[in-house]
Amino acid sequence: MDNRPHDNKAWFLVLPVFLIVAISAIIPLMTVVNYSVQDILGPFQRVFVGTEWFEQVLNDERLHGAFLRQLVFSGCVLLIQIPLGIAIALTLPAKGWRSSLCLVLVALPLLIPWNVVGTIWQLYARPDIGMAGVAVNALGIPYNYTSNAFDAWLTVLIMDVWHWTPLVILLCFAGLRSIPEAFYQAAKIDGASAWAVFRHIQLPKMRRVLTIAILLRFMDSFMIYTEPFVLTGGGPGNATTFLSQFLAQIAVGQFDLGPAAAFSLIYFLVILLLSWVFYTYITHTDREDAR
Amino acid sequence: MARIELRGLAHAYRPNPKTGADYALKPMEHVWEDGGAYALLGPSGCGKTTLLNIISGLLVPSEGQVLFDGRDVTRLPPQERNIAQVFQFPVIYDTMSVFDNLAFPLRNRKVAEKEVRARVEEVADMLELSADLGRRARGLTADQKQKISLGRGLVRSDVAAILFDEPLTVIDPQLKWLLRRKLKQIHERFRLSLIYVTHDQNEALTFAQQVVVMHDGQVMQLGTPQQLFEVPAHTFVGYFIGSPGMNFLPCRFEGGSAVVDDIRIPLAREVLDHAPRHGVPLEIGIRPEHLRVSASQGNGALPAEIASVEDLGNFKIVTAKLGRHRLKAKLDEDAPVPAERGWLTFPPDRTRLYADGRLVA
Repeated sequence: MDNRPHDNKAWFLVLPVFLIVAISAIIPLMTVVNYSVQDILGPFQRVFVGTEWFEQVLNDERLHGAFLRQLVFSGCVLLIQIPLGIAIALTLPAKGWRSSLCLVLVALPLLIPWNVVGTIWQLYARPDIGMAGVAVNALGIPYNYTSNAFDAWLTVLIMDVWHWTPLVILLCFAGLRSIPEAFYQAAKIDGASAWAVFRHIQLPKMRRVLTIAILLRFMDSFMIYTEPFVLTGGGPGNATTFLSQFLAQIAVGQFDLGPAAAFSLIYFLVILLLSWVFYTYITHTDREDAR
Repeated sequence: MARIELRGLAHAYRPNPKTGADYALKPMEHVWEDGGAYALLGPSGCGKTTLLNIISGLLVPSEGQVLFDGRDVTRLPPQERNIAQVFQFPVIYDTMSVFDNLAFPLRNRKVAEKEVRARVEEVADMLELSADLGRRARGLTADQKQKISLGRGLVRSDVAAILFDEPLTVIDPQLKWLLRRKLKQIHERFRLSLIYVTHDQNEALTFAQQVVVMHDGQVMQLGTPQQLFEVPAHTFVGYFIGSPGMNFLPCRFEGGSAVVDDIRIPLAREVLDHAPRHGVPLEIGIRPEHLRVSASQGNGALPAEIASVEDLGNFKIVTAKLGRHRLKAKLDEDAPVPAERGWLTFPPDRTRLYADGRLVA
């Protein structure tokens, strides 16, 4: 019946990818696993400690604080950026030079290096010389992101919204453009209101790009490091110390490689788990629909 | 119910049209009678869809008026006209059930839920969708989706006309004729006006009582399928309708009859009386079905060379050379075909004369 030759040649074709993945991902990850279960005393001195670092890190109250802040931050990011991105994408012109111009303007923040974004906002929001900071204070609202925890949070959030909402806008815009004109025409003939068009045509058709947008924004915001590091340095106090920065403090600041490695693994697994849960939820409801 | 009248209607997609080429739709007058089943037939890009979108209100024409029963609706949006439209690709609302899809136009118009239910169930029954009412519309096949699109037009009690824009393009061939028959039943039951855009002549000729043939932004002919076949008003209609299309031979006038090269072709008396004598290019047209081919010389038959014979199962297509011109003739399967040389007869009552593309007499 089946006369095709069977051999294992295909493995040779997979080998290059396997090597690249091994060197770029698996080996570094295994190094971290290695560190997480040992106490590194010197270049050639190490002691196996089992799960000690994991227990220590998991019971660390600073970590609990950072984890909670991280969840609240990612939640706020999604709650603001996704609806805002959809709303702006809906108002962008659909075609012509105006559309191109708007897309370029919208995409600009995405092109700025992350630490530059932090620097821009650090200067922009400074209460003594920054345009926004001075203006807000001049309105009689006391505002100082270096001393007030709420102000610091607000500044980091606004900065992230400014920096990353464009990604959501671009994805939604692409999703909207893929809707055939006939859908809008049929809706007009059916007498649908603007809300009904959004609810029953635009939103369902944007579903896939929104899945991507939410996943990307969740993962990125959950790993945020550079911008708050430049803007607030995690302060005032620990108010804007998110997980990445907390990790950097242990690993680079205190040079506690063991706990840092254990925490890295936990961090990695948390992101993987949350993304997986989210992804399966979305694709599952997708399949439900198809039935 | 409505009689749709187009008055001086023209449309250009670009502003300030000057020459005829700038118009997607050249100025036209047309009336769609109430309750008629019309097909709008023409090649791609001839302005069929533009015309349809103007009638439904998706497009405001650059010139002229659209009247429904004498009322000017040119500038009314689609939802304020009593018209429904079915598009080439089935439009359904993915996230809704079949029932909600059908109910959508009624709910948007704030119809009482009890009446919505009654109307939807009636329409679903007619379209054989009753069993699927509770399902999500998303997983259905293309023909069922297209039925839903149609159903959204039928549920509305205010609808006077349903416009179809090549609705069967994405439907499997064996289901096409089922849907087409369904359409005919619906037309007979509700006496709605139907305007059906297509570039497929079989679809147009089997579906419609009246066919409007369009070409290059102009209406070429309005007529029954038989009229289009028997007396095409324009060479384009002759060529476009029928398979193979009509034969055309350039000719001139000499001594009271049409002459193709050196060959005299007999024409009917009234055609000869009306024929313009000077200044316009003339052509003779005859349907392949009407051209007679025989092996022996009959009265008035013309000698021709038989170039090829294609046997298509239930009929044959003979290509004959008359002088420099090639003509096609459609013969019965069992009709005798002469081998190399044959004789062609042009029945005068079936032979048409065209001056500058338009029918004479």
